[in-house]
Amino acid sequence: MAFTININGSGHSVDVDGDTPLLWVLRDVLGMTGTKFGCGAALCGACTVHIDGVATRSCITPIDSIEKAAVTTIEAIGATASGAGIQKAWLDHEVVQCGYCQSGQIMSASALLASNPHPTDADIDDAMSGNICRCGTYVRIREAIKLAAQSTTNGG
Amino acid sequence: MNLDRAHADPDDTNLSRRGFLASAAMAGGGLLLSLALPFGRSEAAGSTDFAPNAFIRIGSDGQVVLTMPYVEMGQGTYTSVPMLIAEELEVKLRQVRLEHAPPNEKLYANPLLGVQATGNSNAMRGGWKPLREAGASARIMLVTAAARRWRVDPTSCRAQDGEVIHDATGRHIKYGDVAAEAAQIPVPERVTLKRPEDFKLIGTPAKRLDAPGKVNGTVTYGIDARPAGVKIATLAQSPVFGGRLKSLEDSEAKAVKGVRQIVRLDDAVAVVADHMGAAKKGLAALKIEWDDGPHAALSTAQIAGQLEQATFGPGTVAQNSGDADKALAGAVTKVEAMYQLPFLAHATMEPMNCTVHVRKDACEIWIGSQAVARVQAMAAKAAGLPPEKVIVHNHLIGGGFGRRLEADGAVRAVEIAKHVDGPVKVVWTREEDIQHGMYRPYWFDRIAAGLDAQGRPVAWKNRFAGPSVIARWLPPAFKDGLDPDSTEGAIDLVYEMPNFHVEFVRVEPPGIPTAFWRSVGPSHNVFVTESFVDELASAARQDAVAYRRMLLDRNPRARAVLDLVAEKSGWGQPLPKGSGRGVALQYVFGSYLAQVAEVEVSSEGNVRVRRVVCAMDCGTVVNPDTVQAQLQSGVIFGATAALYGEITLKNGRVEQSNFDTYQMLRMDQAPVIDVHIVKSAEPPGGMGETGTSLIVPAIANAIFAATSKRLRKMPVDSNSLKQPA
Repeated sequence: MAFTININGSGHSVDVDGDTPLLWVLRDVLGMTGTKFGCGAALCGACTVHIDGVATRSCITPIDSIEKAAVTTIEAIGATASGAGIQKAWLDHEVVQCGYCQSGQIMSASALLASNPHPTDADIDDAMSGNICRCGTYVRIREAIKLAAQSTTNGG
Repeated sequence: MNLDRAHADPDDTNLSRRGFLASAAMAGGGLLLSLALPFGRSEAAGSTDFAPNAFIRIGSDGQVVLTMPYVEMGQGTYTSVPMLIAEELEVKLRQVRLEHAPPNEKLYANPLLGVQATGNSNAMRGGWKPLREAGASARIMLVTAAARRWRVDPTSCRAQDGEVIHDATGRHIKYGDVAAEAAQIPVPERVTLKRPEDFKLIGTPAKRLDAPGKVNGTVTYGIDARPAGVKIATLAQSPVFGGRLKSLEDSEAKAVKGVRQIVRLDDAVAVVADHMGAAKKGLAALKIEWDDGPHAALSTAQIAGQLEQATFGPGTVAQNSGDADKALAGAVTKVEAMYQLPFLAHATMEPMNCTVHVRKDACEIWIGSQAVARVQAMAAKAAGLPPEKVIVHNHLIGGGFGRRLEADGAVRAVEIAKHVDGPVKVVWTREEDIQHGMYRPYWFDRIAAGLDAQGRPVAWKNRFAGPSVIARWLPPAFKDGLDPDSTEGAIDLVYEMPNFHVEFVRVEPPGIPTAFWRSVGPSHNVFVTESFVDELASAARQDAVAYRRMLLDRNPRARAVLDLVAEKSGWGQPLPKGSGRGVALQYVFGSYLAQVAEVEVSSEGNVRVRRVVCAMDCGTVVNPDTVQAQLQSGVIFGATAALYGEITLKNGRVEQSNFDTYQMLRMDQAPVIDVHIVKSAEPPGGMGETGTSLIVPAIANAIFAATSKRLRKMPVDSNSLKQPA
């Protein structure tokens, strides 16, 4: 069945079964490979995208559930204030290692900052503990989120 | 593992300057392969390019392209390798473009392994001299070419930021503008390297070159390869290793929208589809019956029992000094223990995958591999083609940890692709990835020591049983019952230990394949050695730091990191009830590391690692930020294993399947990690795996300090730490 979904501000029509997870529509049908496959069961967060601004695991989000909602992926998150701030903080703090989980980490962190500009350590734990990083960049992720939050406060 | 023990001196291998610089002609013939570039695509090399060796190419367009002999999997090698070359070539890091090396054992063999592979934390150890020499000789040729053009003495010219400069006349010329002439200059026989005090790049926290593309989703890993017309496949392999496909009913799978084809192999089934969603749905719709084969009843307990039996010996003597048996018999105090470590999966964040296009007379592969020449050789065999007919495009790696030193995934993908018309990307589900891994071995150790009246060790005897991964992976390095990996961390201890005897009993368990896993041999041996030294300190009723220090009179570098970690961790200062500090010390991968872990154990027995302090002496530091990052990384990786890591078999099947049953440390459990680096002018030591091997005994020792319970088997068993109600 054909679906038209709004991704990063553009409409895309795809012809797949309605229960097809959004992740595979993005990666395999539309060729947007920035969003990553990690577990297929919402256990690792690598596939995180925003749906109407809410961090969502695309690996368990069926395409027929999206309807007219706005999907934002790593490819476009830099166009949002929180996304750009997070990406900059990630570079300033030299967060990445293998980098495979970082699309998902950045999507979770930017959703956190967009809804909560001054997160506490507990807020960061809550928002980020669904995202696994096998390289163990957690220490720097926490620092980078705090840096990005501070920059936002300072008008940066 | 110190394979340099088994091989020649690193300065005298087939990757020595003479060896690879002479190969200029081979590398200079143009763009080596159409590789996926992390930072943009360079133009194909033309005849006017300057390519003095396998690592450097400068085109007349001025582009400096560096070919990376090691692959980037997070460890920072795509920054530190360019730093070594750029230091002597006199270019800025932002002036270079990077390429993945193609398979070529001659040009890109790891000097310390003898094969083209990234592992063993040895990129800086192996590349330290040859890569700087590669940069220096290229710079000399460029300077000589410019001097000839200007008709001046080359010694009156210098190089800086990609230009040759003649200060006396104020002339300067870009490398690209003199590249064609430099290509005609003979490669210098000898080069003089910079003195450390003249380093501009080495020792600075240079920014990672791969970071920008990793924060905006533009870099490509193997799993992101999309050759035109690619189909996506996923697979089910026999749930018991060695089992076979008995019967298959696939009519429902074929009816799934987007499913194109079902491929049957002897021991696996693959569903080929337009996208992974359809492939997974198709796979779920298959009705598969397996013949479980000879390992249908295998359990972890059976394997552990077999290994335990083997520790009654005898084994192959790995190291002996004095007479341990005699000294043990005469010791005032005797301490004995048995230790066990579990099978572990790698669980790389990027699940196993490989894209293959098999044509009639050639095969093309897209993959992220730590051993790309091995992939080429094994894929060629599977495809029935000569290796030169197999083109391999390497990619950035979404986590290796040793798993991607293996080529099983490429072989499997070729087997499937042979049945498919056009390219097919074989992507393993996470469940398949964890249940069909090649695992960190199970090890069993039987160890004893004798102490004199002052508590000082007078005898040490250790016999351990487990497989030799080297014997399978690099057979020439397994000699006379021993290999340099299996014993690293169990012999050549930092401590003074008279009457020392260590034996290795090689046992290959049935029904479960084993492989290298981050921190390899030391992931086992350091846990045993450092836990047991802690036991000796306890038996001697001495402080764990003071006890170790007493045994380090002849090892000032080890003593220095121990002293530093004690100072920085607040060793000896009081902690609340239920908390404790544990110390551990190692010299493996050519680096000295001491750690103190601080843990909190709840009354339910749950362990929380609060803080880890590291003191590192890794010789000359190439990039201090990478050293810090790798220690943070290694600690989290090892703490994950200590707290949760265990692969078990029941009825021949791996019982864990995804991140719910094979758990990872997450943000809310991550400790604070402090890193302190000792300044040193020694050659660089390895980094990427050091934190992993050491944190496991540091945690176990901290748990002992907190609870008086000694954990001799990993992972931590919370039930055993529960306090009676």
